[in-house]
Amino acid sequence: MPSLPVEERLKGFEEVELGFDPELGMAEAARCISCGICCECFRCVAACQAEAVTRVTHAMESKTLEVNVGAVILAPGSENYNPDSLANYHYADHPNVVTALEFERILATGGPTVGHLTRPGDGKEPSRIAFLQCIGSRNINQDDNGYCSSVCCMYAVKEAIVAKDHSQEPLDCAIFYMDMRTFGKDFELYRDKAEAEGVRFKRARVHSIDPVRGTGDLSLRYYTEGQGIVVEEFDMVVLSCGLQIPEDVAELAGLLDVELNRYRFVKSSPFTPVSTSRPGIFACGVFTGPKDIPSSVVEASAAASAAGVTLNQARGTETRTVHLPEELDVTGQEPRIGVFVCNCGVNISAVVDVPGVAEYAAVLPNVVHVEQSLFACSQDAQDKMKEIIKEQNLNRVVVASCSPRTHEGLFQETLQACGLNKYLFEMANIRDQNSWVHKDDPALATHKAVDLVKMAVAQANLLKPLIEKRIKVNKAALVVGGGVAGMNAALGLADQGYEVTLVEKEPQLGGLATELTTTIEGADIQEYLHRLIQRVMEHEKIEVLTESLIVSFAGVQGNFTTEVMVGPAMYERKIDHGVVIVASGAQEYQPREYHYGEDDRVMTQIELSKRLERLGASDLNQVVMIQCIGSRNEENPNCSRVCCQSAVKNAIHIKELNPEAGVIVLNRDMRTYGLLEDFYTEARRLGVVFAHYEPDNPPRVESGPDGVHVTFRDDILDRDVTVAADLLTLSAGMVAEDTEELASILKLSRDKSGYFMEAHVKLRPVDMAKDAIFVCGTAHGPKLISESISQALAAASRAATFLAQSEITLSAVTARVDPEKCASCLICVRVCPFEVPRINEEGVSEIDEALCQGCGVCAAECPAKAIELNWYEDDQLISKVDALLEGVL
Amino acid sequence: MRLQYPSTIRIIKVPCTGKVDIIHILRAFEKGVDGVYVVGCLEGDCRFNTGNLQARKRVEQAQKILEAIGTGGQRVQMYNLSSSEGPRFAQIAQEMTEKIKEMGPNPIKLVRKQKVA
Repeated sequence: MPSLPVEERLKGFEEVELGFDPELGMAEAARCISCGICCECFRCVAACQAEAVTRVTHAMESKTLEVNVGAVILAPGSENYNPDSLANYHYADHPNVVTALEFERILATGGPTVGHLTRPGDGKEPSRIAFLQCIGSRNINQDDNGYCSSVCCMYAVKEAIVAKDHSQEPLDCAIFYMDMRTFGKDFELYRDKAEAEGVRFKRARVHSIDPVRGTGDLSLRYYTEGQGIVVEEFDMVVLSCGLQIPEDVAELAGLLDVELNRYRFVKSSPFTPVSTSRPGIFACGVFTGPKDIPSSVVEASAAASAAGVTLNQARGTETRTVHLPEELDVTGQEPRIGVFVCNCGVNISAVVDVPGVAEYAAVLPNVVHVEQSLFACSQDAQDKMKEIIKEQNLNRVVVASCSPRTHEGLFQETLQACGLNKYLFEMANIRDQNSWVHKDDPALATHKAVDLVKMAVAQANLLKPLIEKRIKVNKAALVVGGGVAGMNAALGLADQGYEVTLVEKEPQLGGLATELTTTIEGADIQEYLHRLIQRVMEHEKIEVLTESLIVSFAGVQGNFTTEVMVGPAMYERKIDHGVVIVASGAQEYQPREYHYGEDDRVMTQIELSKRLERLGASDLNQVVMIQCIGSRNEENPNCSRVCCQSAVKNAIHIKELNPEAGVIVLNRDMRTYGLLEDFYTEARRLGVVFAHYEPDNPPRVESGPDGVHVTFRDDILDRDVTVAADLLTLSAGMVAEDTEELASILKLSRDKSGYFMEAHVKLRPVDMAKDAIFVCGTAHGPKLISESISQALAAASRAATFLAQSEITLSAVTARVDPEKCASCLICVRVCPFEVPRINEEGVSEIDEALCQGCGVCAAECPAKAIELNWYEDDQLISKVDALLEGVL
Repeated sequence: MRLQYPSTIRIIKVPCTGKVDIIHILRAFEKGVDGVYVVGCLEGDCRFNTGNLQARKRVEQAQKILEAIGTGGQRVQMYNLSSSEGPRFAQIAQEMTEKIKEMGPNPIKLVRKQKVA
């Protein structure tokens, strides 16, 4: 701490201690934090409101545990590349150059500026932001990484859109990129939407950032087609930094004797994407290669499936069962309601007068107990709640806290542990609907919290116990589609002991893979396919039905019945099963462009692969490839993900067979994402030429006697170039199989492109909206073989999670008919979105609880009010309205 | 996101807007509410396939009834948005609140108060 010199002290009354300036303050804080020894002041015990740190927990020491396991799954994740060492970008010394992760925090509601967009240097609201792609990725010149990090383009686009949303003034966002790699399902549409909303996309690799003296702005100089050298100034620059594997993760792999590649990612075969070099150890997530959230979730489930096969013999041992006490019969009892009001730390109590709400709740009808807690969801509070339920003989519980979406299940389990039916429960959301969104007016927020509690108590008074139907699970699976994904899914389940029926409409198994030769890594697809088919055909748990069509599908999760027409004779088979995995595949787009089908010298990448296998390349002098045929257009907006790999693979193959042959790849963006970037680098090293074209100025093709003449515009030469090619290869994209009839029979949703829709894009990428139905492979969207295999194993994993149960409990939130009131008017039969109501033998409507999805449309439509939806009965909903509006008139 | 919106709103949860009956809407007005808005999934994207289409029909029916009795059909509205459109929800809350304030209190309240007086 700087202090006043002695001679100055005698002159007056100035403070002796001069205080810290920002630099000294940070240095002092760093010294303090790193002193390394706890002085046992126990300030942390006093500070921790959740009581996670107590004198007891504080005294805990680390200890070594020995655990016997049958399999290990590695998911250690990644770190962001640190751009400190890149002096040309000034990240280390300029406050307005931030990483994308830092920008994410700036945009976040819980971030340093509460989501308000300001630049770090001086708090100014930026009007121009630049995003620089591939920082720490796709670079071999400095100490960064040669691979593509896969996720940066998409997150940059997202951040640009969110930043525009957050900005009070018009905000100019420019993304500077080499190739825009938005290759995921529907990502291309998202990029196009960003451009429509004004985000600028600039194809340029900006070398340096030049700070503008005195303003805090940053100047970028770049070359762009049509304009030459451009200099632009921005208020902020966001560096899209890639992912990399930390050193300590590499050490962990060393300890486990797991082999890594030169970039520290797990080395694995494309046909066993989640296996490591050591049997019994599996890996998933970014550790196997850079990937986004949906792919990480898929791989996690795939690793679980692979481990499940290893552990199959031990299934069911070493498990613990939760035993619930007998459910109490509260029929006829007066409601005895307990209200539990949560402070949620400061989430609620900072705005809402929680004691006031509790005080008010105590005088509501039939409320016999009110309790406040710091965190109602904590284990302590749950234990306290159980005591109170028993002591006070509560038969209804209201919790005023946060969202039922995340916490309802937890509290309901607590009720069940006390013998109370879990439907005798209601929540009042005084956080998400109140303190978080009305923080500027605590008095009104408290008033609203009182209203919400009043409404919840009113409904609680009318709640009834509901019985959940339990049905047995048929431990068998139906797999639709016998390609690589379908066969892997079938094996994934069969190797875990489940019976599988595999239905394929063609005479033989294999799907589109029967047309392929090798992967880009050089793995032999036909050899793999042969072994795979053999394993499937020989597996005692798998029945294969070829030349088979599904003609009807009925039943409920865990108990489906599917009718199949089998074989050339079309005899009928009924199959009972508990789950469905849809692996119906996709097709290569059949081009209508560039003389395909008219000129034998024009072919697709699949056809070129076969030609190279058959004839070699000695007769080729010049090959031209055109990317994005049948993809990334209005008709089929998705990127097909596989075409650039195919093109690069074939280009390298040609060069290996005939180094003198010329290969030109005309592309809009090269999308060799993830670790595949190395192959793109290798292709360029071998002399393959990659030339860019824009969709509004595509290559032009004419057939001639001396070759296929391809004319395209070259950026560097700034003129049209014409090449006479021996072969023109069209990188034809992937299009969805025609599954309209299948989707209709199974009642599944597909997107506009015809691919099946997953339940949740990021978090449930193999589940479908209907329970016990899963999707994998190219039926879901374009993907590589290794990705199809991962997703197949993931689907098997999710299916096995379902099949492992002996019985399932269905939600009691279903509709039921009072037969006395039913007039058989058929309105419910007509309006049900899931076609569940039917007229029974007694001539009145009946609704099968197992099939009902609980939307309540029939209850609202019924003119005689003969139908009620459990837990959302009309009088229960109206009681909330009445309670809210009591005294208004 | 924790966007702010007017505290005039009280939310009643249903599994699907298709569950909302005309009687629920009319009951609210009978008891003195100034406005009702029904917020459901984007059309074509309903979690329960067509539930939100059913809801729209009932909201429109409620509008006709309220218009006919002089309360004003614009006091009840239906909006469609996806669960990720938080800012849109806040905007709708603001919009609806302003509209209702512009229209003034529920006329049923005024009539009842006059009778009492």
